[in-house]
Amino acid sequence: MTSGGNRDTTKLLMERSVPGRVGAALPGSDVPTQSLPDPSLLRTELDLPEVSEPEVVQYFTALSQRNFSIDTHFYPLGSCTMKYNPKINDEVSFLPGFAGIHPLQPPETAQGALELLFRLQGFLGEITGMPGVGLSTLAGAHGELAGMLMMRAYHQARGDTHRHKVLIPDSAHGTNPASAAMAGFDVVTVVSDDQGNVDLKALRELAGEDLAGVMITLPSTLGLFDTGIVEVCQIIHEAGGLVYGDGANMNALLGRVKLGDLGFDVIHLNLHKTFSTPHGGGGPGSGPVCVANSLLPHLPAPVITRSGGEDSPIYGFSTPKQTIGKLSGFHGNFGVLVRAFTYILSFGAEGMSAISGNAVLNANYLMEALKDTYYLPYDRRCMHEAVFSANWQKARGASGLEIVKRLLDYGFHAPTLYFPMIVPEALMIEPTESETRETLDAFIQALKDIDREVTEDPELVRGAPYTTPVSRLDEATAARQPDLRWRATA
Amino acid sequence: MLANLGVNTIDELFADIPDEFRNPSLALPSPMSELEVQQQLSSLASKNRALGSGPSFLGAGSYNHFIPAIVKALMTRGEFLTAYTPYQAEASQGTLQVIYEFQTLISNLYGMEVANAGMYDGATSLAEGVLMACRVTRRSHVAVADTLSPYYRQVIEAYCQAQSIELHTVSTGQAPSLDQETACLVVQYPNFYGYIEDMAGLTEAAHSQGTLLVVSADPMAMGMFQPPGHYGADIVTGEGQPLGIPASFGGPYVGLFATKQEYIRQMPSRLSGRTVDNQGRTGYVLTLQTREQHIRRERATSNICTNEALYALASSIYLAALGKQGLRQVAELCYQKAHYAAGRIAQLPGYSLPFQGTFFQEFVVSCPTSPSDINRRLLDQNILSGLNISEAFSNLPPLERGTTEGSSPHSAESTNAMLLCVTEMNSRQEIDALVEALSEFGS
Repeated sequence: MTSGGNRDTTKLLMERSVPGRVGAALPGSDVPTQSLPDPSLLRTELDLPEVSEPEVVQYFTALSQRNFSIDTHFYPLGSCTMKYNPKINDEVSFLPGFAGIHPLQPPETAQGALELLFRLQGFLGEITGMPGVGLSTLAGAHGELAGMLMMRAYHQARGDTHRHKVLIPDSAHGTNPASAAMAGFDVVTVVSDDQGNVDLKALRELAGEDLAGVMITLPSTLGLFDTGIVEVCQIIHEAGGLVYGDGANMNALLGRVKLGDLGFDVIHLNLHKTFSTPHGGGGPGSGPVCVANSLLPHLPAPVITRSGGEDSPIYGFSTPKQTIGKLSGFHGNFGVLVRAFTYILSFGAEGMSAISGNAVLNANYLMEALKDTYYLPYDRRCMHEAVFSANWQKARGASGLEIVKRLLDYGFHAPTLYFPMIVPEALMIEPTESETRETLDAFIQALKDIDREVTEDPELVRGAPYTTPVSRLDEATAARQPDLRWRATA
Repeated sequence: MLANLGVNTIDELFADIPDEFRNPSLALPSPMSELEVQQQLSSLASKNRALGSGPSFLGAGSYNHFIPAIVKALMTRGEFLTAYTPYQAEASQGTLQVIYEFQTLISNLYGMEVANAGMYDGATSLAEGVLMACRVTRRSHVAVADTLSPYYRQVIEAYCQAQSIELHTVSTGQAPSLDQETACLVVQYPNFYGYIEDMAGLTEAAHSQGTLLVVSADPMAMGMFQPPGHYGADIVTGEGQPLGIPASFGGPYVGLFATKQEYIRQMPSRLSGRTVDNQGRTGYVLTLQTREQHIRRERATSNICTNEALYALASSIYLAALGKQGLRQVAELCYQKAHYAAGRIAQLPGYSLPFQGTFFQEFVVSCPTSPSDINRRLLDQNILSGLNISEAFSNLPPLERGTTEGSSPHSAESTNAMLLCVTEMNSRQEIDALVEALSEFGS
């Protein structure tokens, strides 16, 4: 049911504006009046809304109710690891001793924060098997950029300036080639074999003297553990290249294997995926980079150091010798790092493999239950996610897009659609460890019901969704005639 | 569940991992209960001095402003907090409409035609603005004002290191030497030292060479001062932190990014567009996605994917709550209090303000002794003083000139330079206490 009045979301803030209204009470000045600057420097117009506090609360609350979220819906979005976000993590991040500290205040007045960051570097290094960790990168793609700049710095420091080529599997996230390009590399695509692994023969042919490295996602975006991964690393290393690991799918591997042991030289983690920090409708994220010894001198600045004895440690900042530089304004998304630290403390060593174990168990349970209904292009044990194709349904009259829109009517968020690109009509399902068997069974039943609907009433599926605040939107017009802001004349 | 899969243990599901690497030992602490975690984190938090625990006069890119209670109350609603990026528009109308509101608010604040859904922070937003200016102009020289934050300058350098872009430092007091190779002129407004640059002159100098003006502007100053759009700026970026986001040791914040309509296809990051559904109802979608990495891959305008949507929401709530009058009132409070403080400090023996010109809420003070000594002793009185800018940047390229009209912070006179910030959070009593404490160092 749609709310009326202030709670009706059809009116935008500027359309609610009534002259004289203010939504926050502010004090007057308690200092003698100071002279203002030349009036030509001052603005006369400021087009901001004028609304009261209750109106702001009612409007934004009503907007929130037009979202699906983990707290309200099962969110089996492949490659996004939409697990439950423990509330304690948010609560501690808001403590005044964390939320209320200035990034430039003297380190001796922020020893608790620095200790937390130092220990988090250690935790992430231990989990990944990498000796160096930098926490200042603000999202996964930001970590990728740092990693690829480190790869560039490594080759340049060795006088190896002709290595301009980076190999990226055809199943990779779009951020991988975009990050490699921002780091100045030429991107060459490597194909996958019929098992979903990197095609080793193709890799060998491409690994020449111009090779800077490879970017690999493990498990791959097909949700599969590349059984040739050790050989991939060997081939790249023998050609003088480095191996970059995209940690988007680390939820499958927590406590099960350390990427450093397998031969990875640099990886990034997505704390907003694997380590449960809330995604916030598109961020904030945090994308720490973890590196092997060879890349330690190139880590982005700053890194957190400890000096003094065990009994009286002193924490501080340092800049690695041949750093790629500073990639963000301060020291990273601290509030996110606090949440991830809290998560790791809660789960501990034993908890890490329980997370990956249950995530992989849930994904395999879904895969097994659905593989007779939806085409499974790679019929082998999956890791934390399962990639199906809606090819069978498409032949009967409803595409993958239409099926996932229909799922919204069943009260489930859509799986990731049409990715990875190498699977036609891909439906990528990642249940995570935090869902119960009851939820998984209900989801399985919904997908089976929709499959039946495709046969019995394909029109019904093609017209979905029906129960969401809006139905299918006209994206073509949105792109052709972009309306990106409210205007008085509109 | 295991039986359904034909296995006896969860471990068997991981058989694809080579035996010799599977199930390594993991040196992490044992699991903790929520109570223990809460105690441990509270203990760590208590070792930090919080801004609210005493007078604080530190700015330099992160500011102590009042945050109305509704900001946190609304942004921590699970429906916002635990939603994903709004790719499924029908299931994400709340987030998409918030982004559209944010784009409107930021466009209006900066006097620009369009704004995006936000970047990581102010520094990266500016660096992406530089990269965009190079794409738009197909030029590769970048002129950077010496009054730009040294932290931002470093981030621009890091972003440009692999792009065959040449950075030049310009002294903004003089006519900047720009030419037909210069993609953009980068200025901060107010500048790092708190002062207002000659925006009209800089814009004219840039445009006469076909050079874009790229500005990093403090959104709070926009409550009072002419917006960059008024002067004809081409790309305006900024740190959104002053708009309802806690200092939080440097993040998460949100980068603001606005430009002219004609450049939207070169913009980085997400955009929410208004459209209609198949029943004619208004709705919102992510649009112009062919700019972005998930479609365009290595030819995308940027690699950015996850941004800071939650803090774009926080800023939107903040701007909605303060509105037209409230933002002006906060900006004027900052201005009034900062000028009161600067006036009093300038009268102290041994202290002076090395720069003339108009400043907003930050200003440089030349001190009678080392600011690090002063800061240490003020901290003993629980006063968090300003940033020591005489020592902190010794590793950076020299900043030849300080501001449009003043002398250099690196001149002999001002090697004991401190950057102070006064906001609406500082009561007169606190300011007087600062002045009193500083007076003890005067000769």
